Amino acid sequence: MGLALLLIIWLITFFSTYFFAAKTWWLPHGVSTAAPWIDHQFALTYVLMGVVFVAAQGALGWLVWKYRDRPGAAPVRYSHGNTTLEMLWTTLTAVLFIGLNLMGSHVWASERFEPAHAGSVPVEVTGMQFAWYFRYPGADGKYGRTDPKLMDPSAGNEAAVGLDPSDAASKDDVVTGTMYLPVNREVDLTLRAVDVIHSFFVPSFRFKQDAVPGLAIHMHFTPTEIGEYEIACAELCGLGHYKMHGMVHVVSQEDFDKWLAAREAEKQ
Amino acid sequence: MATTAPVHAHAAPQGFIRRYVFSLDHKVIGLQYYFLALIAVFVGMFLSLLMRAHLIWPMAILPLIGEIKPETYLQLVTMHGTIMVFFVLTTAPQSGFGNYFLPIQIGAPDMAFPVLNMLSFWTTFVAFVVMLAAFFVTGGAPLHGWTGYAPLSALTNSGPGEQLGADLWVTSIAIFCVASLMGALNFITTTLDMRAKGMTMFRMPLTVWAWFITAILGLLAFGVLLSAGILLLLDRNLGTSFYVPLVVVNGQVMGHKGGSPLLWQHLFWFFGHPEVYIAILPSMGVASQLLSTFARKPIFGYRAMVYAIMAIGFLGFMVWGHHMFMSGMSPYSAFAFSIMTMAIGVPSAIKTFNWLGTLLHARIRFHTPMLFAIGFVSLFVSGGLSGPFLAQPVLDIPLHDTAYVPGHFHLIMGVASIFGIFGATYYWFPKMFGRMMNEPLGKIHFVITLIGTYCIFMPMHYLGMAGQPRRYSQLTEVAYLHHLIPLNTFMTYAAFITVAAQLIFVINLFWSMFKGPKASDNPWEATTLEWTTATPPPHDNFGGHTPIVNHGPYEYSVPGAARDYIMQTDPAAVPSH
Repeated sequence: MGLALLLIIWLITFFSTYFFAAKTWWLPHGVSTAAPWIDHQFALTYVLMGVVFVAAQGALGWLVWKYRDRPGAAPVRYSHGNTTLEMLWTTLTAVLFIGLNLMGSHVWASERFEPAHAGSVPVEVTGMQFAWYFRYPGADGKYGRTDPKLMDPSAGNEAAVGLDPSDAASKDDVVTGTMYLPVNREVDLTLRAVDVIHSFFVPSFRFKQDAVPGLAIHMHFTPTEIGEYEIACAELCGLGHYKMHGMVHVVSQEDFDKWLAAREAEKQ
Repeated sequence: MATTAPVHAHAAPQGFIRRYVFSLDHKVIGLQYYFLALIAVFVGMFLSLLMRAHLIWPMAILPLIGEIKPETYLQLVTMHGTIMVFFVLTTAPQSGFGNYFLPIQIGAPDMAFPVLNMLSFWTTFVAFVVMLAAFFVTGGAPLHGWTGYAPLSALTNSGPGEQLGADLWVTSIAIFCVASLMGALNFITTTLDMRAKGMTMFRMPLTVWAWFITAILGLLAFGVLLSAGILLLLDRNLGTSFYVPLVVVNGQVMGHKGGSPLLWQHLFWFFGHPEVYIAILPSMGVASQLLSTFARKPIFGYRAMVYAIMAIGFLGFMVWGHHMFMSGMSPYSAFAFSIMTMAIGVPSAIKTFNWLGTLLHARIRFHTPMLFAIGFVSLFVSGGLSGPFLAQPVLDIPLHDTAYVPGHFHLIMGVASIFGIFGATYYWFPKMFGRMMNEPLGKIHFVITLIGTYCIFMPMHYLGMAGQPRRYSQLTEVAYLHHLIPLNTFMTYAAFITVAAQLIFVINLFWSMFKGPKASDNPWEATTLEWTTATPPPHDNFGGHTPIVNHGPYEYSVPGAARDYIMQTDPAAVPSH
């Protein structure tokens, strides 16, 4: 049984590690300025935890085989432990875990503690059962007033978020069901939800943030590659959670301007 | 007062009802909890199989069940999680085995408050019935997940099952909280007040330490959940706005104003994180007990183990915010919660090192309980090491609310904890039923369960890294999830095989109860007090006398001793340490 246990534990360790190391299933290709930092921290954590994982499972398998009870086995070494060893591994794990933690913290801070830079693209994201809407404030740079009483999800776009046409600032607001962003420009994101909590998750941007009713959450990030990326809702929001899906089109600045102008014209 | 009888003394009951139904005997109550958990775990597993089937065959019409709709899937998610967390992981290791063995292991004739003990079991039973009732009311069970995030859980028109089903769900949890509070008080009082002569705190088995600390966690955590649940009921039924701000559901402006969805999350996780340790600590205690017994060696670093349990319990109350990095909570507080979470890895690592240290230079006997204890260590390592990823806010960005999270907590708080329950069952079965369980069946059960659970839950980490969100009923709507369906299919097959293997356990359990070979009083040659008394123990546990304790709990292979174990009651000397 000792040998069987050794084989089972080592094989489990091998296969588990193999699929991590081979990156058979891995984070999607990252396309934001934060992605390389997050991926670096992920890889670092992965290597350190991987070493501990293989060492601990390897030791467990080896110990149960080596010290199995059998005729002629060495007598048990009576011991209640070793205080020096206890202190040693307590200190080592404390340094490892706390150190890891501090190393990744600047990425977190840069996206959250500081507001977006001047000249960033303002976009407001609104989550509702079960759709995402994206609002661009237009030439005036100001979001117009919205009114809960005017919200009409079945009409979609401007009406869905309850845009109040009587407010002058809302005249040039554009609301769409697909997100367009210019490449390599910072996005000044405002996140809202109208009914329950949703979560705006774009795996390729390494971006996720809950949209919470009653809160306007500000975040910023910068997409770095032209392409189409999927948005998935990452907070259970009801029966349509699995299909609360959206697309982000990251395009060149010219294409973005053209698209926005076309949407403005369409609205008039 | 001429004579003062001990307050706990009560005569052995005669009638069937007082003996087996409304019993005051902690041993019967322990078994009642255990069998309640056994029923609950089969309900919970069955629900999970339906979920796994739906994920890969979304259009299938299942025999007897019919079609599983997206909302049905979420109802299964909710009920699977709730039943498993409350009625299995909290009920079996703590209330079940704790009730049966805590008094015996400290040399007490019963729990401190036998009537309260009976009441706490029957209250738990009522909670379970109310929970199951949610399936059968109009609209069915709620779909808001076991975490019940408001406003989804606080509105009655946010989805199917959010009407009466959700009320029953909250009510059941509130009743369960009351039961757990009663149980916790009983455990704490019993441990502090009713230890036999010589049973100092630092001579208590690590199982007793684990049950004791778990009871303190329960006392502090369940009260908070109870209040949170009552507020949720008020929001749902009386139009208050604790958790709900102004919201518009499908174009309809609801009457709420000014509430905070984050308040629910703070209260829920203030309970929810200690709950993780409520589920796992008793199994850690069992693993320590079993590893020492079957390695024939004292546990490595007994005091370090006790301090580690205390540290885990203490830190467990300061980390709830790590569930909320993406919630809109202040990003500054994320650092505090993150550091505390990483700190909790330290006592966890100490425990792992000490378990490995116990095996060094040992002579390991591979009885079935020991296999599950070894499996526990392996699972604890695997489930634990994914923690430092999730504990870093910056890595939580891609991983939060993906399949990575259920992968992590199923390995550590689900499967590892259940391995503790299995280990405890195989270990204490002879004492509880007077017969041995079948070893070959136990070994087969172990091997399939260990490999099977790894095949189900390790791939969840891969799915999470690839961005598969939790609680998606179908993977067909989001294009980047399509390539993950084959891996999901593999996991579903693994789940069916693993669940089928649990029938081996059930057959072994019931067959051995009636047909197993008779057990001696101390079949494992173990040292703690339950092995000094008759099998099964008499009504007052020690047959009219109180044991006197001379040593710590794990005196194995003492040099110069006649046998390779010295029981706690044995007057023989042991080396000082």
